[in-house]
Amino acid sequence: MVKKDILKHELVPDHVVLKKNQITKVLKDMGVHPEQLPKIKLDDPVVKAIGAKKGDIIKITRKSQTAGRFISYRLVLG
Amino acid sequence: MDIKKVEKAVKKKKADFPEQLIQEITEAAKRHELKAGELDELVDTLKKAYERAEVESGEAVGTVAAQSVGEPGTQMTMRTFHYAGVAELNVTLGLPRLIEIVDARKKISTPTMAIYFEEDYAEDEEYVRTLANRIGKITLNDILMDFNVNYASMTLSIEIDEEQIEEKRLDYDEIIKKIEKAFKKVEINKNLLGFEPTISEAKHAIRELRLLADKVRDLQISGIKNIGKVVIRKEGQEWVIHTEGSNLGAILKMEGVDKTRTTTNDIHEVEKILGIEAARNAIIREAQATMEEQGLTVDVRHIMLVADMMTADGTVKSIGRHGISGEKASVLARASFEETGKHLLRASIRGEVDHLTGIIENIIIGQPIPLGTGSVGVIMKQRE
Repeated sequence: MVKKDILKHELVPDHVVLKKNQITKVLKDMGVHPEQLPKIKLDDPVVKAIGAKKGDIIKITRKSQTAGRFISYRLVLG
Repeated sequence: MDIKKVEKAVKKKKADFPEQLIQEITEAAKRHELKAGELDELVDTLKKAYERAEVESGEAVGTVAAQSVGEPGTQMTMRTFHYAGVAELNVTLGLPRLIEIVDARKKISTPTMAIYFEEDYAEDEEYVRTLANRIGKITLNDILMDFNVNYASMTLSIEIDEEQIEEKRLDYDEIIKKIEKAFKKVEINKNLLGFEPTISEAKHAIRELRLLADKVRDLQISGIKNIGKVVIRKEGQEWVIHTEGSNLGAILKMEGVDKTRTTTNDIHEVEKILGIEAARNAIIREAQATMEEQGLTVDVRHIMLVADMMTADGTVKSIGRHGISGEKASVLARASFEETGKHLLRASIRGEVDHLTGIIENIIIGQPIPLGTGSVGVIMKQRE
């Protein structure tokens, strides 16, 4: 299986690495520090597939049964 | 009336609606042919209702979730070893399965997979059957016509059933290769095979021969690691393989397998292969399916909260002693849950400080709890 294939799996929501200039806005909107976000491990298969690095914040667009689409964030652990 | 207009109206009223609600409004607006003014009024009323329905700050959502899952849980059957859908496969359901999910067991009692196929192969029965035989475990015993243990000459002879090989869509040469690799003293004469045991001591000769007989019969000639029986079923138009045992990584590498829908019920395997977010989805899906199968409905929000807590760390953690409850910051909260002595002793050795920010700690020492109206304090502005 090619690494990118897992991104198409229906259980895997969209993961996007947040750009530096977006991070401050997102954190300010939620009123949290990066460490207060849920975490994702550096060796998570999806993190490897999208090539995120330690300290990055990943924007996750989940399909939600209640909201339709829900945006969540995770901090990449070292 | 299109979705853009509704989005605009929602934005104008400063309402923070989720996508699904906006979609529902659009549909309602179309159905009733609402005018712009009426739409504004609808959004206005909805905004009020939406905000009223929102969870208040300081609400004990965790406790509510626990109660909401726990109450219907009392009506679940204690022991159900059920046959879900596929009659030949055993799948743990009911309370034992729910416990397995929240405990985040590493080894679940009945792992199973549902393997789907890509469009080109989904209706190709021949291909699916061939693949099923490559996935499912087949031992040499399954394709034998004759099996003979000769105690006089201390040899073992078997005859391979070519029809079975044909039917199971196996390759004769591959089987022979596997046999040759596994046994050194083997004589091959087309489908007649003779084995000889390696005898170290004469008095154990018979035992050695019997051991060899078992070994020959149990030689696996086809199948993927950790997968046992397979069941092929037609679901609608397409063929689907259900398995006993699970190996998501290996299956997803196979050609023709649908890499988007093929799943397993093993949450740790999902985490390993597809990542933590997929594991979160798997927890929600499995827990909900377990409840629904028993005819119980729990609001997904409660299950989602559980799944969020279990995956917040980046790994799947269990609820309970070894997971979330055992990692609480407060000593008193941990001590009041389980293993009281252990926690108090360790805390005293380490010199832990309890900041009394949680619920349990404050109940223990008899203070108002930081919950609901208790979660706010009053600060007086000092006169200058």
